[in-house]
Amino acid sequence: MADVTFTVDGKKLTAPAGTLLIEACRKAGIEIPAFCYYPGLSLQAACRMCVVRQEKVPKLQTACTTTVAEGQVFITESAEIAQARKATIELLLGNHPLDCPVCDAGGECELQDMTFKYGAGVSLYAEAKQHREEQQWSPAVFYDRPRCILCYRCIRMCGEGMDVWALGVQNRAVSSVIVPNGGDQLDCEQCGMCIDVCPVGALTSGSYRYKTRPWEMNHVSTVCTHCADGCKVTLGVRQSNDGSEIVRADNRDKSGINGDFLCAKGRFGFDFVESPERLNKPLVRNAQGVLEPATWEHALRYAASKLSEIRESRGGESIAVIGSSNTTNEENYLLQKFARTVLRTNNIDHQRTADYAAFASALAGRQSKAASLRDVAIAPAILLIGGDPTVEHPLLAWTLRTNVRLNKARLYIANTAKIKLTRQARATLELPADGYRNLPVLLDGDTDFAKAVRAEESLLVIMGEEIRGAQIEALVGWGLGRGDVRFACLGDRANSRGAADMGLLPDLLPGYVQVNSPGAFAAEYPGLPSNPGKTEPEMFAAAAKGELGALLIVGANPIARLGVAGEALKNTFVIVQDIFLNETAALADVVFPAASLYEKSGTITNTFGDVQLARKAADRAGVKPDFEILVRLAGSMGVDVKALVPFGKLGVTADLGQSRGAQAGEADRHAVWLAANGLEMKTSPFDPLAVLDEIERLVPAYKLDRLNLFGGSDVPTEPGATMGFVPVSALTAPNLVVPAHDGLFTSGTLGRYSPALKELQQHQSPALAETAAD
Amino acid sequence: MSPNNTSTETMTLFSPQLAARLDALVEKYPLRRSALVPMLLYAQDEVGYLSDAVVAEVAWRIGITELEVRNVATYYSMLRFKPAGKYNVQVCTNISCMLRGGYELYERFQEELGIGHKGVTPDGVFSLEEVECIGACCWAPAIQVNYEFLDELNPDQVPGILADYRAKAAAEERSSHA
Repeated sequence: MADVTFTVDGKKLTAPAGTLLIEACRKAGIEIPAFCYYPGLSLQAACRMCVVRQEKVPKLQTACTTTVAEGQVFITESAEIAQARKATIELLLGNHPLDCPVCDAGGECELQDMTFKYGAGVSLYAEAKQHREEQQWSPAVFYDRPRCILCYRCIRMCGEGMDVWALGVQNRAVSSVIVPNGGDQLDCEQCGMCIDVCPVGALTSGSYRYKTRPWEMNHVSTVCTHCADGCKVTLGVRQSNDGSEIVRADNRDKSGINGDFLCAKGRFGFDFVESPERLNKPLVRNAQGVLEPATWEHALRYAASKLSEIRESRGGESIAVIGSSNTTNEENYLLQKFARTVLRTNNIDHQRTADYAAFASALAGRQSKAASLRDVAIAPAILLIGGDPTVEHPLLAWTLRTNVRLNKARLYIANTAKIKLTRQARATLELPADGYRNLPVLLDGDTDFAKAVRAEESLLVIMGEEIRGAQIEALVGWGLGRGDVRFACLGDRANSRGAADMGLLPDLLPGYVQVNSPGAFAAEYPGLPSNPGKTEPEMFAAAAKGELGALLIVGANPIARLGVAGEALKNTFVIVQDIFLNETAALADVVFPAASLYEKSGTITNTFGDVQLARKAADRAGVKPDFEILVRLAGSMGVDVKALVPFGKLGVTADLGQSRGAQAGEADRHAVWLAANGLEMKTSPFDPLAVLDEIERLVPAYKLDRLNLFGGSDVPTEPGATMGFVPVSALTAPNLVVPAHDGLFTSGTLGRYSPALKELQQHQSPALAETAAD
Repeated sequence: MSPNNTSTETMTLFSPQLAARLDALVEKYPLRRSALVPMLLYAQDEVGYLSDAVVAEVAWRIGITELEVRNVATYYSMLRFKPAGKYNVQVCTNISCMLRGGYELYERFQEELGIGHKGVTPDGVFSLEEVECIGACCWAPAIQVNYEFLDELNPDQVPGILADYRAKAAAEERSSHA
């Protein structure tokens, strides 16, 4: 809409006509207080805190519902307005318990801040405060009625934001209470968004309540380790006996692709790091066949000597490596480089949850055709084929709902099941069980659905895991022929995309370069074997036949996942790097205790190809990042570590901060700038960023906007930059893609060690069982 | 219980007349949920109170959640979630009635019935409520028994009124057994 000019506190402001006054003011740096107003949600005008004086209007107006028009004059701060706000606060405090010293929100409470600002320290109310007992609605959500100021944020967030509608308000006036849908129990997706938006301490989190004071925490923003959407998560960490512990996860600063959104896993599922079952010492199998604690030196030397011996006596093809879809890009890159140049084998694979290789192949040479998650937030039309984002990609589902709600985006859903997102869909196409086979034919068909999709000038196509291999190629081919169509494909784990991009595949190098025509890698990777290696199932088949001498497994649990019998590995020397002694680690000859994603740094690529920087938040004694373990293992094998990790090159030698002048005291900004320009000193072989430089050099898709990356933003990759065309037939069969299908409260092996997620699953399972029986 | 695949006739809690009335009501408004408050009132008149089953059926008829039904229903004091007596005595104590002895009347009802606000007599015949204005100010003090108005009362008429209703209740009881 056309811009209008209006006056606020004597300042001339300009904003599009119809903008809410409160938003226009916030953009201009004028803060108008509000409890009930929440950007993106419907207007409530319940709290009366945002009242302002508008010229020629007899009564004070609420800035959250006043839209700006030409020539209006407003005053936002005056004695009259301060008095009105003070009276509002006095009313809100009428029944508010003032238990701030023990309240979770104390120190970061909006009511506290407003009371401080407007000074409603005295009350004229003589009545006794109404008290109600606190309620526990679910393992995650507690409700303390007297603290509630009835702003309705939680109700709107749950309904409009999450499309769950599990909260309501009952009774009236002073007796009003927020009520969950199950009477006194909450039957919902347990995302905790209601706790997050609560301006006071009325809704508190089962995992955080009474744990700490907000000012005792340090806040580190990193990337969630659970699903493939890559939410930015701000971890509140605190010193503990053996390092530092995570006490809270949220994203209140709304930075990152997820804004303030987090699902149950991101918000509550970080507690696996504190599990007493964490490994904290290397384990080596002794003569009696029992795993017993060992020193790092002994374990490394033993593992290295066995690997060297097997490589020398039986050749690299008798060694295999299984990588992780939860470790960083740098670790994955290093792992495959270690496998290919040190162990001299292409026997490397990982848990594939989507056919990223086919996706990259279909897009090879096509610039700007891959969609980032940011594109999903603004695309005018989206075609979702397969998948169930509500359950498996909560952030994608949130982004789609938000785009439909706020921008009237048109969502088209083709699925074999009736997924929850169909409630937001403009049109749906219910497919038969084998319906994903001929998608271009369906989309070129005569149905109203196909016609509506084809009528869209600009389209974003999101493919679920069901779409693989030739189907991806056909669908992308269909879209490329139509013009402005972009694509995304959905995988499962935090760095599934990164694992594939970094070449944890037996036939493909980083950037999906084929091992038998390695191009630039030929010079970089001395001794690179040219034959494609074994896939995961082939590795175990070889092991069963006694043909596998050694198996290195990093952050994966193939024994449980593939249902392999333990005996298969009895003639294989098994080295495992993991967080827990899972089914696979229990069979190993050497186990190295690894750091979780929350305890190390590096980059992570979400399923949309957006790269983000994971920062070390927590710390735990005894564990090491997989990166460091690999470097030490290689070093113990007598490898020139500099050939693996290009550290010690480049870098500034003069300015280490002393001569910063105007930047003095702003170490972070300086460090970001140095890192962005590749000038930071990489003096340590354990510095993953040294490997990031090499990734950027060798993988064309990873030409990253480093300034934004190191500043904490997500930066897109360009799979279209992949060199050459890889014929789909050359790629490994799509049946090797086995989606994890993790739900809202499961996260593979990791989720089994999270008490919070297990509790939530139990809480929700009776309800789920009921639905199933219905 | 899945309402989607069961016909209204077999599943409804209500009499065929009421069911038909509610069927028509939801179609009457541009938004189905606009029918919520009248539906709750009619349902309460027939069933006596808003039981869980009533809430569930109303939610299903409109196509909203039970939580939404309760959000609305709990707001109104004339909607109740527990059974009232056969005759629900509502005594007005707003200003006109108060000036002309509404409180004395209300106290007399409490004494005679032995119950207080929102109470129900053990035999289930009477319940008592102190209510806001019932719109009979010209004939204050006034009471409303179910939908019947009795006005310009004085406390001494209370025993007679109660005896009349008690007799009526007994007669109905007999005829229903006959």
